[in-house]
Amino acid sequence: MAHAKRSLVLRTAGINCDAETVRALERAGSQVELVHLHSLLDQPALLDGASLVVIPGGFSYGDDVSSGRIFGLELRHGLLQHLTRFVDGGGHVLGVCNGFQVLVESGLFEREPGAASVPARSIALTNNLSARFECRWVHLKGEACAATWIEPGVTFPVPMAHGEGRFVALDEATLQRLEARGQIALRYVRADGSPATDTHDNPNGSSGAIAGICDPTGRVFGLMPHPERNLDAWNHPEWTRLRARGARRTSGEGQRFWDRLVAVLPVPV
Amino acid sequence: MTTTHTVSGPTAVATSSLPNAWRIEVHRLRAGDDPEGGHALAAFREAGWKGLAEVRTARGFLLPAECTRAVVESAVREILADPVLDRAQVYAPGEAPLAIDGVRRMLVARKSGVMDPVAQTIARALLRSKIWPGHGEPHVTTFRVFQLRGEAQALDTKLMRELGSKLVGNETIEDVLVASEALPYALPKPSPRHGVVHVKLRGASDETLLTTSREGSLSLNLVEMKAVQAHYDALQRDPTIAELETIAQTWSEHCKHKTFTSKVEFEGRTIDNLLKQTIKAATVELNKPWCVSVFHDNAGIIEFDAGFDVCMKVETHNHPSAIDPYGGAGTGVGGVIRDILGVGLGAKPIANTDAFFVGPLDLPQAELPKGCMHPRRILNGVVAGVRDYGNRMGIPTIAGGVWSHPDYVGNPLVYAGTVGIMPHWAATKSVQPGDKIVVVGGRTGRDGIHGATFSSVELTETSEIESSAAVQIGDAITEKRVLDLIVRARDARLYRGITDCGAGGLSSAVGEMGAECGAEVHLETVPLKYPGLSPEEIWISEAQERMVLAVPDESLSSLLDACKLEDVEATVIGDFTNSGRLVLRWHGEVQADLDLHFLHEGTPKPVRKARFDAPRHTDPGVPAAKDQRATLLAMLASTDIASKEWIVRQYDHEVQGQSVLKPMTGVHRDAPSDASVIKPLAQSIKGLAIGCGASPHYGRLDPGAMAETVIDEALRNVVAVGGDPDRTAILDNFSWGNCNHEDRMGSLVLASEGCYRAAIAYGTPFISGKDSLNNEFKVGERTIAIPPTLLISALSIVPDVTKVVASDWVCAGSTLYVVGETKQHFGGSHYYLLNKLEGGSVPRPDLQQAPQLMRALHRAIQAGSVRSCHDLSEGGLAVAAAESAFGGCLGATLSLQRVPHQLASDSKADRDTTLLYSESPTRFLVEVAPEHCAAFEQHLQGFPCSAVGSTRAEGTLEFVGTSGATLSSIDIEDLRRAHQSGYRG
Repeated sequence: MAHAKRSLVLRTAGINCDAETVRALERAGSQVELVHLHSLLDQPALLDGASLVVIPGGFSYGDDVSSGRIFGLELRHGLLQHLTRFVDGGGHVLGVCNGFQVLVESGLFEREPGAASVPARSIALTNNLSARFECRWVHLKGEACAATWIEPGVTFPVPMAHGEGRFVALDEATLQRLEARGQIALRYVRADGSPATDTHDNPNGSSGAIAGICDPTGRVFGLMPHPERNLDAWNHPEWTRLRARGARRTSGEGQRFWDRLVAVLPVPV
Repeated sequence: MTTTHTVSGPTAVATSSLPNAWRIEVHRLRAGDDPEGGHALAAFREAGWKGLAEVRTARGFLLPAECTRAVVESAVREILADPVLDRAQVYAPGEAPLAIDGVRRMLVARKSGVMDPVAQTIARALLRSKIWPGHGEPHVTTFRVFQLRGEAQALDTKLMRELGSKLVGNETIEDVLVASEALPYALPKPSPRHGVVHVKLRGASDETLLTTSREGSLSLNLVEMKAVQAHYDALQRDPTIAELETIAQTWSEHCKHKTFTSKVEFEGRTIDNLLKQTIKAATVELNKPWCVSVFHDNAGIIEFDAGFDVCMKVETHNHPSAIDPYGGAGTGVGGVIRDILGVGLGAKPIANTDAFFVGPLDLPQAELPKGCMHPRRILNGVVAGVRDYGNRMGIPTIAGGVWSHPDYVGNPLVYAGTVGIMPHWAATKSVQPGDKIVVVGGRTGRDGIHGATFSSVELTETSEIESSAAVQIGDAITEKRVLDLIVRARDARLYRGITDCGAGGLSSAVGEMGAECGAEVHLETVPLKYPGLSPEEIWISEAQERMVLAVPDESLSSLLDACKLEDVEATVIGDFTNSGRLVLRWHGEVQADLDLHFLHEGTPKPVRKARFDAPRHTDPGVPAAKDQRATLLAMLASTDIASKEWIVRQYDHEVQGQSVLKPMTGVHRDAPSDASVIKPLAQSIKGLAIGCGASPHYGRLDPGAMAETVIDEALRNVVAVGGDPDRTAILDNFSWGNCNHEDRMGSLVLASEGCYRAAIAYGTPFISGKDSLNNEFKVGERTIAIPPTLLISALSIVPDVTKVVASDWVCAGSTLYVVGETKQHFGGSHYYLLNKLEGGSVPRPDLQQAPQLMRALHRAIQAGSVRSCHDLSEGGLAVAAAESAFGGCLGATLSLQRVPHQLASDSKADRDTTLLYSESPTRFLVEVAPEHCAAFEQHLQGFPCSAVGSTRAEGTLEFVGTSGATLSSIDIEDLRRAHQSGYRG
């Protein structure tokens, strides 16, 4: 029997999108283990044989002080060497919503491939321009980027739910560097795929309408919205209208995100 | 934009007043990254504070003086400040913060001993990351800094103190410092140590008994105090203070429902036990096989599918929310979630609901009674409380509402509900003598002392100050840890019994669990937030996020291991026994030794007198609306009807990924759904529809009709989306005035009897309920009672989620049907409210026809004959049609001539106005595809149902009157705008 692609979904106090994340990965064909962060800190060898580590959404440690701050600290202090070795060995790391905030805090997006440490942080996710937590549906469009499984130019609907998702960079040079290295992966757009011009479509006011980024290898990936909440045909906010108008939808548009990710995961030897 | 600071040296404060701690203040570099500052500025300006130019905020932290500078700098770099967004200022112990020219500072800090979850998280992180080199967690506190800039005379110390404590701080739980840097840092003072204290009751006069009850905040009346006295007379001793506190908690209205279960003399009849003979009687008589557990546990449980049951509980948290809206609502949510974690062997929470009843949102400040917070501040606070607690718990908040009435101004109502799912085997629990009593979760502090007894008395203008100890502060992440632990420990079967620590704290939880056997508790083993609590404080503290487990010896070590992995503190505090007694020890010394039978069964049962005085109004009839367009637009903008999207969007209503129908629907997702639907099991196509009903404007006129109509409303909300009326359970939540008054008690009797009639007629059992019966507010000599308020929540099984329909029109060219009969039902209607008319007939369902009609409609939806469906409620047909129209971005012409009705020809009632705005129950506006009309009509045969028009792409909503003339034709964008023109936070 061929080795299954194994994913570790990390949870800790306040992570709360673990169940739907596990469901999405299983439906995409991955074998999934839900692991407490403390177990992984105690036994980093759990990473051996895994192809993907996912940090789901939630409010890790209450998002106290700042979203993802404490979880990010725990990654830097307890797992950095193991995670960098994992990524450099071909493993993937994904953060969704709070998981994205955690990965930004961890510094992994800004690490030079192969480097053992992370540089001082020059990107951040902070309060939405509306200064409110918002739960609603938005549209994302794929960019040509280092993450090859993202489909450039393809627009899809997805729910978001966050209060601190505004992507900011320290300066213009940081943004240009991200762009040049293929690190901009997903942008908020209008329903028709045209650029978002206001907070209706760029819901948090992110710089460059950036919704998701990756590291220069494309294997560390993060995004604010929740594709795991759009797996079924009845998740879409207008599914009853689409049904009445004869649309044939057998699953939600978010499933494809997970299917394509799992498809590119390396098969462990 | 970066603000430049001219620093003029340290703030002139006495060094001796500074806290002995490192002080770190973290400022945002850019104003745009400081929304708190913007919010504060807006709030100050709204309150009429002139001359303010800018408010910037900073977050502050105090760390132990024994830290080295390197430790502090590491804490700042790694945890406290963001390298991209922030600038941190660090002050050594004894160093005063820098003063800035033209800037006045205001500090807001939690009072010593008040729960501070952020400080806890930081302390834990400092220890775990080894940044703090000590062994235990360091003592950390947090504070907020407001830096105000503006005209010199505007920055007046007195004004700053007054508006600061009103608008950004809450003096019940926080210190607001102006012209002072003396932040609290010390731990709370210990309570005086004492041995066993007896309270002298033997031989005490009635007057002394009442004084003892009042001064001890026991909320026991004279009859109850005398029963306690008689019990201890027989024992030939006086009660200890711990015993008396335990009795007071257990006998409190909040825990015991003394009023609802009392004997009532009402209009020549005697009702032996009101609750048992109405609400519970309906459930007993209906005897539904799918009811798994009703009334006796923390929540009601019904069968779902595939070996799983679902459960629901709805709670009120009214008095705490009046004093501290944010903390009160948050802990209300936290409390009802624990009910679900503690029902049977524990269920996984899958949805939350919330309902708020507040004073007029446009109330002028000058009309605000003394001691009250403005309804807007209350609403903002409770919404934020539900948001922050519910979102952090990862439970979608999916249904609810906001209602407004002038008499909620001093006593707002906050309801919070939770739905859970559990394997069927976990629906029952037990406790065996010899099981360990294990407390898990949060630590015990002095918070929430006397919450149960406090909620059982009326509020006064000084409640805010006097009752600060009754306020609890929530810590959602501690509760989330407990949730993660419970569902895993349950499946590993590591405990035999469980309940939550709610009102009354450990006294209620252990007292209830041990009721059938006995319990012995060693109070000194209970983990504390800070030292110095007296044994009785530990015993009755309502500190949040705690559960009590009954753990057999053989699984104790596995349970403690599971707790360790989840980072949940777990402590054995005693044993369940077979003594029939509740024994409390403090370092060995017996503090209480109570007979459990007396504790639970010894409450004297009073006889209450009740009467109902129907208000006398002459029937104002139904005057014709002078301007149909203006009337509908005004109605759409009224508080009860206007868009609640600003609230819904702040709640994560899609977490867990089970959403089928969301609270908002439509092309622009701005139309209200009748109910929400979730699909909780991957392996089952069944769903759960969750909806509610309430109509406080009907209650004073006719409480019985209100009860029937509110049940009808809750049911039609779930049936409209696809819920099966024959697999629907309901929950009752009564909030009433002081039922020691005969008239309040009388209306409670009538409403309860209405509940019984309707539940029997619809075949919908009550599975759980709660009452809050002292909702009055005293201003000077005047007492304001809330309008009788019944919230009914419905939990309904949707046989197939792919058949669910929404409330917005989905296609042009559909036929629109009105199902159900319109009668002249205007008592308490929005048409009367708008036109300031009183009296009239309160809507009342036809209990013969309504249940059959709902079943027929359900079959039509299941058969796929329906495109969309919206129930008719507040504002009648006109409002329902408007919401469906702007929701779907479609227009329609509706002919009133064809609306099914039962109206007498009455010169006092304008027929068109009646058909548009009557609030008769059991009515629906249904959209049907032309090819399905025949099948739909077949399903509804024998019921009032007729086609009244059709949808069209062109976006105007037109009503044609019975004479054939067009009454109004309104652009749907105008309807949308009106609906969104209400208060938006």
